[in-house]
Amino acid sequence: MQPAGIEATDFGWHHPGRAQPAFSGLNFVIEPGQKVLLLGASGAGKSTLLHAMAGVIHDDDGETQLGSLTVGGLAPAEARGVVGLMQQDPESSVVLARVGDDVAFGPENLGVAREEIWRRVEECLRVVGLEDLDLNRSTSALSGGQKQRLGLAGILVMHPGALLLDEPTANLDPAGVEQVRRAVLDAQAATGATLVVIEHRVGIWAEHMDRVIVLGSNGGITHDGAPETVLREARAELIEAGVWVPDYLPQTPQPVTGKQTPLVSAQDLSITRAYPSRKQRKQRARDLAAGQSPVLELEPVAQGISLQVLSGEHLSILGPNGAGKSTLALTLAGLLYPVSGRLEAEEPLRASSSLMGDAASGSRSAQTVSSDIASWQPAELASRIGLVFQEPEQQFIRPTVREELEFGPRQIARIRKSPLNEEELAERTDFLLQRLRLDTLQDANPFTLSGGEKRRLSVASALTTAPAIVVLDEPTFGQDAKTWAELVVLIRELVEGGTAVISITHDMDFVRALGGRAFSVGGERAGQMRRVGQL
Amino acid sequence: MNIDLFADSVEKQGAIGRLNAGVKLLATLLMTLALILVKDWVSAGSILLLELIALRAVGVHPLRLLGRFWPVLFGALLSGWSTALLVEKTGRVVLEIGFLLVTTDSLATGFALMLRGLAMVLPGLLLIATSDPTDIADSLAQTAKLPARFVLAALAALRLVGLMFTEWNALGQARRARGLGGRDNPWQTLKTVGGQTFALLVQAIRRGTRLSTTMEARGFGGPEPRTWARQVTYSRGDLFFFLGCLLLIAAGYSISAAAGELTFLWQ
Repeated sequence: MQPAGIEATDFGWHHPGRAQPAFSGLNFVIEPGQKVLLLGASGAGKSTLLHAMAGVIHDDDGETQLGSLTVGGLAPAEARGVVGLMQQDPESSVVLARVGDDVAFGPENLGVAREEIWRRVEECLRVVGLEDLDLNRSTSALSGGQKQRLGLAGILVMHPGALLLDEPTANLDPAGVEQVRRAVLDAQAATGATLVVIEHRVGIWAEHMDRVIVLGSNGGITHDGAPETVLREARAELIEAGVWVPDYLPQTPQPVTGKQTPLVSAQDLSITRAYPSRKQRKQRARDLAAGQSPVLELEPVAQGISLQVLSGEHLSILGPNGAGKSTLALTLAGLLYPVSGRLEAEEPLRASSSLMGDAASGSRSAQTVSSDIASWQPAELASRIGLVFQEPEQQFIRPTVREELEFGPRQIARIRKSPLNEEELAERTDFLLQRLRLDTLQDANPFTLSGGEKRRLSVASALTTAPAIVVLDEPTFGQDAKTWAELVVLIRELVEGGTAVISITHDMDFVRALGGRAFSVGGERAGQMRRVGQL
Repeated sequence: MNIDLFADSVEKQGAIGRLNAGVKLLATLLMTLALILVKDWVSAGSILLLELIALRAVGVHPLRLLGRFWPVLFGALLSGWSTALLVEKTGRVVLEIGFLLVTTDSLATGFALMLRGLAMVLPGLLLIATSDPTDIADSLAQTAKLPARFVLAALAALRLVGLMFTEWNALGQARRARGLGGRDNPWQTLKTVGGQTFALLVQAIRRGTRLSTTMEARGFGGPEPRTWARQVTYSRGDLFFFLGCLLLIAAGYSISAAAGELTFLWQ
C-alpha cells in the first residue's frame, strides 16, 4: 500500500458528558512517509488523537468529533487496514494463541487470499526479527518485547500506509525497548509507511524522527517542527510536563544511609516461582521444627544467593529478564518459599511490628515471630515487610484512596483484636496524602487515577503500616520524570529514617540516585554484591 | 485442574489429536444425545465401559483425563449421590441416617445417572484434551458456517481465560502482602475471595476492551468477506473415528436391549 498522509483540519474530540474537549482546533498535515513523534503532558489527549487516527474510537452521537481528520484521504473509520495501531500493554498486542495464526489475523479480516497471507506472514516475521519462531509456537510463552514485535508483524502484514504506536516500549526492559525500536525503524524503512509514535522517553525515538508535535495541556498544538528545534524551544515546557527530554535527569539530593543493622540474612539460597503442595509445606514445617534445613522438590530459577538486607540502606536488585529478580523479591518478602538454603529474619525484624498497632495498644507489645519469613501470617508480614508490585492495580483493595491508605493499619488491628487510635490513623493518613500529593483525590476510586497517581498510591499504601522493609518491583517503569523524582526523594527519606528499601530495577539512573548496594541475579555478575559507587 | 486449553499435551500429540476437531465435536454431541435419550443403567454402563476400552485402545489414559479435569469427575459422582437422595423412595431401605433415606430403587436411579454422567463427560473431556480451541473454531466457522465474528471473538476471549489464572495468583500474592487472607473466619475469607474476584473481573474487562481495540485495528468486523489462513482438512481417519462412535452407541443400545433393560427417556 502507498504511504498514507494524515490531515487534520480544526480537529477536536469532545467526550460526551465532559465539560472540556480532550483537544480541539488541531491543524496539521503529516506527509506520507513522515516520521512523527507526538509529545505532551499526560491528559493532553495524545492517546485519544492516535486512536482517532486509527479509527477505533467512534463519534456515536455526531457531536463528539469536531472538525475533520483524514488518513490517506479517507475518514479513519473507512480506512480499515490503511493504519495499524499498537498499544502499550504487550498482552493486548496478541489476539490468537499461535504465532502464525496471530499474524495472519489481520489479512484474513481484509479478505487476502490464503497463499498470499502465509507469504506475508513469513516476510513480516522476518522484518521484526522473529523469523526463528515456529509458526505453531504458543504466543503466551513470549517475552514482552517479543509480544510487541509480534504485534508489529500483525500490523505490517496488512501492508498499512501508516503505523501508529502508543507508548510501544513503556512496559519493556531495556533489551525489549531496543528490540522493538529496531523492529519499528526497520519496518518503516522497508515499507516507507508514515509513522506516528507517542513516547514520553523522548531519547528513544528523537534522533530517528523527522518531526515532533507537542500537544499543550489546554488542548492545542504548542510546538511543531524538526526534532532539534522543538526539543530546544519546548524544553522547559516538556520538563514541566514530566516528559523525559534527552540529556535530562531530575535533580535529586545526594544518597544517604540511616542506622544500619541486619534485618534479613540469606545464605546459599535457591529460589523458585513454583508453589509447594500442602504436603510439601507440612514436611517443610516438620523439618524446621526439628532444626533441619528443609529442601523443596521444586525447580529453582536462581541458586547460590547470599546477601544481607540492612536497615537504613537502599538495595538494588539487578539482572536480565527472567533471571529471577522478582522471584527473589517475593521470596525475601515471604510470598514464595525458598527451595533450599538459609533465609532468616534477624532479631530486630522479628521483634518489630506495626507502629500503628503498638501506639493503639499503648505499649510496645511487639509480638516476636519465627525467623522463617515464609511461614509468617499475612498480618505479621504486612506489619514488617511492605511490597509494592509492578502493576499498582493488583494491590488496590478499597473503593477510595483514603480507605486504601487506612486499610493496612485497620487490617492489622482487626487481626490482633487491638483497638485502633482513630485520631492517630487519620493524622498519619493525612500526612501521607499530602506527602504524595494525593490529598485532592482522597475520595476518588483508585482505579480511576492516572498512571503516576496509581504508582504513588501503591507506594503510600505499603508505607501506612510503617514496615521495616519496603520492597519495590520496577517502581520507575513507565513513570514520567516528575513521578520518578518524587519516588527518589521519598525512598531517600525512608532510608534516612532507618527503613531498608529493596528495589528491583533496570533503571541505572534510579540506582545511582539512591546509592547503597546492588545485587545481581543472573547475567555475568550473578550473585555479586557491589557498592553502587563501584558500578 | 489444568485450565490452559491452548497448552500442548500428550493427548494432543496422539492419534486422536491429529483428527479433525469439528468431527470430534460432532461425534461428542451425538454421544451426548444418545446418552440423554436412555435412562437405564445397562445402556449407560455398557457405553461407558466401551468408551474406556476404546480410549485405552487409542492410547489415552481415561483416569489421567478424569484426574486432570477432576471437578467434572467430582460433579458426575455427586449428581449420582444427590439423585439417590432426592428421587421418589420405593423399594427396600438401604440407608437411613436422620433425614437421609436411600432405598434400593433410588440407589439404582442414582447409579444409572452417575454412569450416564460419566459416559457423557468422557467424550467431552477427550475433545477438550485433544483439540486446540483454534481448530474447533475453524471448523465451527468454516465448515458449520457459524458467524465468524462470534466464533473468533469467543476464541480470543478464551485465550484471556488462561491469562486470568496467572493474574489470579498475582492478585493473591499482592493481597497477602497487604495483610489479607491469613487464618480467618469464613465470612472474612468469603469477603477476601469476593474482593479478589472483583479485582480480577475489573482487570479482565479492561484487557478485553484493549484487545477488542487491537482486533478492530486489525480489520476485524469490517465489511469485506473474510478469508481463512488455515485450511480445515478431513481425512479417512475422521470417517473411521465417526463411524466408531456410532458403532459404540449402537453396541451399547444393543447390549441393553438384549438384556431387556433398554428404556428411553419417554418410556
